Amino acid sequence: MSKEILEVDQLSVNYGAIKAVRDVSFDIKEGEIVTLIGANGAGKSTILKTISGLLKPANGEIVFLGQSLAKLTAPKIVAAGVSQVPEGRRIFAGMTVKENLQLGAYLRKDKNGVEKDMEAMFKRFPILKERQKQDAATLSGGEQQMLAMARALMARPKLLLLDEPSMGLAPIYIQEIFDIIKSINKEGMTVLLIEQNARQALSIANRGYVLASGEVKMTGSGQDLLNDPAVQKAYLGG
Amino acid sequence: MQTFFQQLINGLSLGSIYALLALGYMIVYGISKLLNFAHGDVYMLGAYWGYYTINYLHFGFITALITAMIVCGLAGVIIEAVAYRPLRNAPRVAALITAIGVSFFLENGMSYLVTSDTRNFPQVIKQKTFDLGGVMISNIQLIILVTTLILTLGLMYIINYTKTGRAMRSVSTDYDAASLMGININHTVSITFALGSALAGAAGVLIGLYYNSIDPLMGMTPGIKAFVAAVLGGIGSIPGAAVGGFLIGLLETAVQAMGFSAFRDAAVYIVLIVILLVLPGGLFGKKQVEKV
Repeated sequence: MSKEILEVDQLSVNYGAIKAVRDVSFDIKEGEIVTLIGANGAGKSTILKTISGLLKPANGEIVFLGQSLAKLTAPKIVAAGVSQVPEGRRIFAGMTVKENLQLGAYLRKDKNGVEKDMEAMFKRFPILKERQKQDAATLSGGEQQMLAMARALMARPKLLLLDEPSMGLAPIYIQEIFDIIKSINKEGMTVLLIEQNARQALSIANRGYVLASGEVKMTGSGQDLLNDPAVQKAYLGG
Repeated sequence: MQTFFQQLINGLSLGSIYALLALGYMIVYGISKLLNFAHGDVYMLGAYWGYYTINYLHFGFITALITAMIVCGLAGVIIEAVAYRPLRNAPRVAALITAIGVSFFLENGMSYLVTSDTRNFPQVIKQKTFDLGGVMISNIQLIILVTTLILTLGLMYIINYTKTGRAMRSVSTDYDAASLMGININHTVSITFALGSALAGAAGVLIGLYYNSIDPLMGMTPGIKAFVAAVLGGIGSIPGAAVGGFLIGLLETAVQAMGFSAFRDAAVYIVLIVILLVLPGGLFGKKQVEKV
């Protein structure tokens, strides 16, 4: 039995009067890929933003390795070991690929370790090495997604949050992105994955949670959810 | 030809002041998307700091310049923390109106404290004029040009090659994404206001030295001209802001030399209108390309 790395308990998040997330509870164990699936507006992104500290919970607890994150600021949460690859990639346009990666390691003081990790990223994503001096905005969508993932990994997180990594990408890149997620996970990274592409997400996830209107409707192993008739009907196109 | 070179030197000296102001205006705008109308008033504070420390504490030029930069940098940090930070998520126009309020506060506060009299700036450096084949250049003009060059290069170094500079640029691009890197937004915005205001403080001491007269409302027009310079150069570009500043200085001097002194301010605003119509991105402006 591996231990829990993240525990979300009875989490509620509001946008003004709108209750975007209601009493959501889930957990992630070390080394797992856990996915939250659900339609647009189900509250998936809101949950990730709240874990990262960009939004504040109205209620509930978020415990990461025994430490409560609910009251921490976003930079403190990164320092605690949670990095996010945000929806839409949000790479820093006007800055080079290398500068983007350096920003990922912003809080790290171990210069040599950062250099080493940079080399490791260049090895994993050769295109980034090739383009390291280029403005990050000149990369294609798929390359930007790789950059955003590499940037998050530069912080050496213990938990990686991925918000819609396949959104808006050419099909050729979608498979590649999921392969990368799998291989990062194999090397020991715990991953919380949010996807509209539920079939792909469930097929690589250990466990999944199905969200609708801000609530958890169903949970199970990735395989069970893939085979569940209700999930198939609602999220996998029958 | 002689007159041309003479006016070129005069224009570049005045342009240096605008360049320093425009740089500060631009980096502050870049990070807070706020037209800091109080920027010109921070420059006025710098001039008064120079006036008092040179007269009463007998500071030399370098000491006065450096301490003015520190004091104005602090003033910028305080202005941001007190007036702008609470409005960060408010509609843009609320912050804009507040900036005008801060500007009035500084102008009238100083008029109250030190009276609105025009004062003679102490001549801490004895003026010497060199004759270069009929073109006169003073040591003060040289000091202004060299100081501006050093400060501009220093700012470019900080922004392009240091960790703090990277943080500043990332916050200018995307607050949330920068937070997700672990960057403290408030600290980074404070540092940016400190740097921008320090440049304004330096410009204040330099203009005191050059024009020899200061008053509490002296920051109004240069503040607006610095804004024009930043637009001319292209918001977002450091070399652009510096070049814009020099061009505005040259334009003003040229208009004056042709005998249209009364129209020199108007000429600057005409430039603003023309630039906004023909080249809204400015000379060095970055093209905005959205990638999907």
